[in-house]
Parts: sequence; structure tokens; C-alpha cells
Amino acid sequence: MNFDDTPQEAEFRAKARAFLSQHLEKLDPNQTAPNLLGEREDKGAIAWAKRWQATKFDAGWAVLTWPKEYGGQGLGRMENVIFNQEEARFETPPPIYGIGHGMLGPTLMTHGTKEQKERYVKEMARGQVVWCQLFSEPAAGSDLAGLRASAVRDGADWILNGQKIWSTGAHFCDWGMIVVRTDPNVPKHDGLTYFIVDMRAKGVEIRPIKQINGATGFNEVFFTDVRVPDTQRVGGIGEGWKVSITTLMNERVSIGAGTTGGRIRDVFRLASEARRNGRPAIEDGAVRQQLADAFITSKGLQYTSYRILSALSRGATPGPEGSISKAVGAPFGQRLAAFALELQGAMGGLVDPALAPQEALWQQAYLGSPGLRIAGGTDEVLRNIIAERVLGLPSETRMDKGMPFRDVPTGPTKR
Amino acid sequence: MNLEFSDEQKFVQKTARDYLTENAPLSLCRAVLEGNKPYDPALWKGVAEMGWLGTAVPETYGGAGLSHLELVLIAQELGRALAPIPFASSVYLATEAILQAGSEAQKQKYLPRLAAGETIGTLALAEGLGDFDAESAAGTSFDGSRLTGVKVPVSDGAAANFAVVVAKEGAGHSLVLVDLEGEGVTRTALASFDPSRPLARLELRGARGERLGAAGAGAQVARDVLDRAAVMMGYEQIGGAERALELTRAFTMGRFAFGRPVASFQALKHRMADVYAQTQIALSNGYFAAWALGSGSDELAVAACSTRVAASDAFVLASEEMIQMHGGVGFTWEYDCHLFYRRARALAAALGTPNEWREKLVSRLEASGFVSGTGSRELAAD
Repeated sequence: MNFDDTPQEAEFRAKARAFLSQHLEKLDPNQTAPNLLGEREDKGAIAWAKRWQATKFDAGWAVLTWPKEYGGQGLGRMENVIFNQEEARFETPPPIYGIGHGMLGPTLMTHGTKEQKERYVKEMARGQVVWCQLFSEPAAGSDLAGLRASAVRDGADWILNGQKIWSTGAHFCDWGMIVVRTDPNVPKHDGLTYFIVDMRAKGVEIRPIKQINGATGFNEVFFTDVRVPDTQRVGGIGEGWKVSITTLMNERVSIGAGTTGGRIRDVFRLASEARRNGRPAIEDGAVRQQLADAFITSKGLQYTSYRILSALSRGATPGPEGSISKAVGAPFGQRLAAFALELQGAMGGLVDPALAPQEALWQQAYLGSPGLRIAGGTDEVLRNIIAERVLGLPSETRMDKGMPFRDVPTGPTKR
Repeated sequence: MNLEFSDEQKFVQKTARDYLTENAPLSLCRAVLEGNKPYDPALWKGVAEMGWLGTAVPETYGGAGLSHLELVLIAQELGRALAPIPFASSVYLATEAILQAGSEAQKQKYLPRLAAGETIGTLALAEGLGDFDAESAAGTSFDGSRLTGVKVPVSDGAAANFAVVVAKEGAGHSLVLVDLEGEGVTRTALASFDPSRPLARLELRGARGERLGAAGAGAQVARDVLDRAAVMMGYEQIGGAERALELTRAFTMGRFAFGRPVASFQALKHRMADVYAQTQIALSNGYFAAWALGSGSDELAVAACSTRVAASDAFVLASEEMIQMHGGVGFTWEYDCHLFYRRARALAAALGTPNEWREKLVSRLEASGFVSGTGSRELAAD
């Protein structure tokens, strides 16, 4: 057991740092983490993200864990984490490649045809085209396999109709990966098929969703008679669920522990600056107890991710400890933000970054935190997963088991 | 970076699990709870023969010469078994204190007998209500040869042969070795929340003592020893939490209500998932602390606090939920739930409470430069 870099890891870290220093501005460690200050997905930021990705790719620092044949570097997850740790010390554009590089690329590598891998995966690596995921629907979230968007065969093509929702970044993406129903006469998991869809195709309409934090990172996407060639089908007809699982497994690996929305040290700094009973809040016993708990949970999540990384980097399947990162991290992020706002007293009521403490980081984190408890597996679904797959407790009673999809009851509310 | 125990270390753990499955069923803990003995002598003898008492003691002093990484895994297994023996007092506290501060002569005198289980040691620190630290030990004094004062409560004080006493000496504190069977020592077994981890009162009236470490160095050594003990006991608590959850799972799978196992209700599933998650958070903190302990890193000062708090809370939660999810039978003397409930509380009360360790954690973070961003690489990585 060793928490320090091996000599090889230290050498890799130094090389990464040298490369990053050539191209990026170093962050002041006492400045509030900038990527968290709201969404920065305007046109300029997207162009900046694409330039930075091209720079990384051309210098051999992009998609490090991907095989070389797809434009990656064939490195291990440990090197990837080291690079990410180092990159986080610099000012960078908003992260827009998480879904493509973390989830969709690996899905195509596993299930795509030779032509699809040639055509799409290599291009994805350099990041000049951006990809989104089209899974959730207004009436299919936790029960994703209950989705209703459909595709009907028409010669060499398929005709897509229906609505997708919560598609991150769809408004600036070029391609999407979509799962739709191709057969309503079989049980729900058996009638799904997975496609690549051109987001600029005729009949695709993208509407941003305004979230409770005022940002519009997600979209509703409407498909009206959208023509998709059969060559863009990923996996067999009716095998869409199996392909989706590959995507979702990679999602859980990608989401990991980084869901707190702010750094624990920022809360300690805030407690040093805020006052309570005429003294710095950090001198208050109750505040100190809460600071301790926040630190312990935060470190517990960090070391849990290291444990997963250690297991993955020696080729093991991720152990059950992986499932707790989001189950603990997402609600913790909300509690942490609420605590930070409590420390701010009346100033916690402001949202103007020019006036609110730490540039309103915690106001934004608190407004954003409910989303993290829902996206990518709700708190409740994650607890079911831990209960069933880790502890081996009985699975939920399913009223629709074995039933043809067309007969599955639906409520009066579709949304 | 590699956060895994080695295959050899895992083998030590498996050996311990197998031995305790065979030799320490929960009925052993119950027998001590219901009987008059302060611990189970047969298990103590067995554990000594397995070499566990001297796990981290160098071979020159009769130990196995392994590291604390093996020792924490053994502690985890003892926690699972609710082993009714004074392992924590003798190994985590007395042996550690002598390893940390003992003279060569003291190491030669005590360590081989501790490792062999021929002598049992403990730490006598607390003096009634107050923090569990040397500064609170104001009522016991040492004049260079004799000790006077009252220590209460003292873990395993009735079973131990000697104690490391924290006493005032001049302006500071010293650690003092005292023979509990000698003159000037009166000890009284106390009715304890967990009789399988019994407490005692020690009255010292001019008892002859021998200084352990330098005069006035006692507060610092006691702090170091408590940090180290917190990690080992943390693993014991994690082991207890894991076993409590396993037994809760088994019971709720077999107990039917409304025509289905009660384990199938989300109200129970989700809470069992929470117990699992809290235990894993404690274990992840424990990994870091075990590494810091085993490698001599000064990150231990913070890591010990985190592990102590997370492991105490996880075991208490697991034991409370264990009774609740068993329903009425969980509240009976006959079922084993209360063995876990008692043990979880006893371990949380030993070594200083979780709230004391929360305070220590924040104080140490302030002192480390964490808040100003000038701390170690590990602490800065947030």
C-alpha cells in the first residue's frame, strides 16, 4: 500500500506539468475554483475548448486511455488521473468532452462496426466534432427501458419520432447517440435499438431547458420523421438495451466522486472569514464539528475513488465500493453548499458574484446540487443498486415484467 | 499509488478470519457478558499462540516483526468477532506506548511478555468527566518514584497486570509504568456498558512507578499513542459494522411480513445501503490512515482523526439499525443485537469520543496550513 507516486508516476506527472505550463495559465490556489462559477458554454468558450483539445491531441496528451488506433495514447487510468489532477491546477475551458470521450467513444469501440469506428471514433478524439447522449425521456428516467421514442424501418433507413430530454450540450453538438423503441410488441428491454444520429439532420429540433440555477446546460430534443441510415445503427436490432448498458457503466466510472460542487478548503476559508458571536466562525464549536464532518466525508470520497482506481489499474473489475461515490457524494454536495450558505449569514441571500462571498460559488453549488442527486442515477436508484447488487437484497417487484411494452400501464401524467 | 493490501497481508487477514470463525463465535462474547470473568482466557491464549499480540513488535523483542498494516487487518477481524479479550488495551495502547517511548531495558522487560500474552497492559488516563487527553489528568501525580491519584474509567483495568499511567510531574506530564498487583494499588471492577470490554477504577496511593520516556514528555507520547490506537480501533469498529450489517441482512432476508421478506422493502434496503456506504467511507479513510501509520507519514495526525470519527459513527449506526431492523426480537436479551449495540458504544467512548476527535481534526488542520493552502501535497489535493 502506498499513497505516493511511484518513480514512473512522478516522472509522468512532471512531464504533464511541463506540457500544461507551456499552454495554460496557472490558477492561484487561493482563488475559488473557476469552473464551478455557473455555466460557461457560450460560443467563445466552446471554440476555446475545441482549440485546447486540438492542442492536446496534436501534442499526444488527449484521450490518454484510448487505444492508439483511435487516436489515444494507450495509457492506464492512473496516468489519466494524474494528468487530470495536474490540468486542474490550470485555467481551462469548460469540460465538453466528458460524454463523448468517457461514454460514447468506449461504447462505439465495444459495439460499433469497423466502418463506424473508422468514421466516428478517431474524429471524436481530436474534439472538433462534439457528441451528446439522447437517452432520457419525459416519461422514462429511472425506468429508462420504458422509453417511447420510436424508429420504424423504411428501406435502407429508419424514421425516428419522439422526444428526448436532459441531453447535455445538445445545442452545440454535432452528433448524438440515441436509443429508441423499434418493437413495442415485446417486453420493454427487448424492443430497443441504438443509433448514431446527426444533430443537424432535418426534423431535429433542440430546445434548451432553463434549470433552477438559471443555466441551460441541458436540452429537450424533438425528433419529427428524422431519417437515419441503417449504417448508423450500433449493435443489433433489439439489442439497444445491451449497448446502452455499456454507455451507462462508463457513465458511473466517469461521474466518480467529483460531485461536491466546491472544494472543502473553500469552506474552511469561508469559516475563517465569516463571523459568529463577534469572532471568526471557525472558532465556534458547532461550526468546527460540521467542518470536521465535511472534511471526513470529502476525504472518504476521495480515497474511495483512489481505491477504485487502484483496482482498475491492475485490471480488476471495479469493486462494489464504486457504487457509493455518487450515492454519498451527491447529497453531500447539497449539505456542504447549505452549510457554506449558513456560514455566510444574511450574505447567503445574494447571488451576485461581485458581492456574494467567494464569487457566489456556494449559491451556485446549492442551486445546482439537486440536479446532481437526480442525474445519472437518482439517490434512490443508487441505493437500490447498492442494496441489490452489493448486499444481495431482493430486487424490486416489477409490475411490467414479461409484459409486451404496448400493454404496460402508463399514468395520466406523461411528464 | 497503490491502495491495496498485499496478498501476504490479505492472507494474514484470512487466517485471522478462519481462526476466529472457529474459535470466537458470538456465544463467547455473550458468555463474558453474562459471566463474572473480565475476558475469555482461552481465546486470549489462542490469540497469543497465533502471534497476533506481537504482530508489530520487532522479532528481537519476541514479536512477529510485521507492520501495522497486518495489525489493522487482524483488528478488523477481532471487531467482526466482538472478541471478548483486552486486545485493544494491551496491544494498541500499552505495547504501542512501550514501543514509542520505552528504554531498551523496558522494551526487553515488557515486550516479549506482552507479545506472548503472559502480561496484559493498559493505559490509565481518564479521571472522570473531561477530555481524553493528558492535560485532563491533573489529579494524579508522580514524584519520580511514587504515584498518587485516582484513574476512572480504565479499560480492562481489572484484567491488566500493569498500566501506563499518565500523571503530573512538575509542570508537565509523564508516563509511568505501574505494577497493578503491587502495593499501593486498589482496583475495583465497575459495572460497564459493555461487560465484554469492562472498565475499572484504579486508586493509587504511593504506588511505586517507573517513568516511561522522558519526564514531561508524557502528553506528547500519549497523543502519538492515541493517534496510532485510533487507527487500529477504527479497523476494529469497521469490522464490527460489517458483521452487524451482514447479520441484519441475513435476518431480514428470512423474516417475512405481508407475504415477502422484509429485506425487500425499500425502507429497509435503502437504510442498509446507507450503513454500507458509511462503513465504506470509514474504510477509505482507514486505508489512508493505515498507510500513514505503516509508513511513518506525518499525515497520520489528521488521518487518525478522520478514521476515528468515521469508524465510530459507522459502527454506532450499524448497531442501531441492526436492532431497529430486527424489530421486537432485536430488543430481547436473547438475540445478539445488543452485543453489537454495547460494543459500538463502548468503543466510541474509549480513546475520546468522536466529537473530541472532530475538534482535534479541525485544530490540526488549522495548524497544518490546510486552510491557507500551504499544507502537504495530500492535504492540498482538494
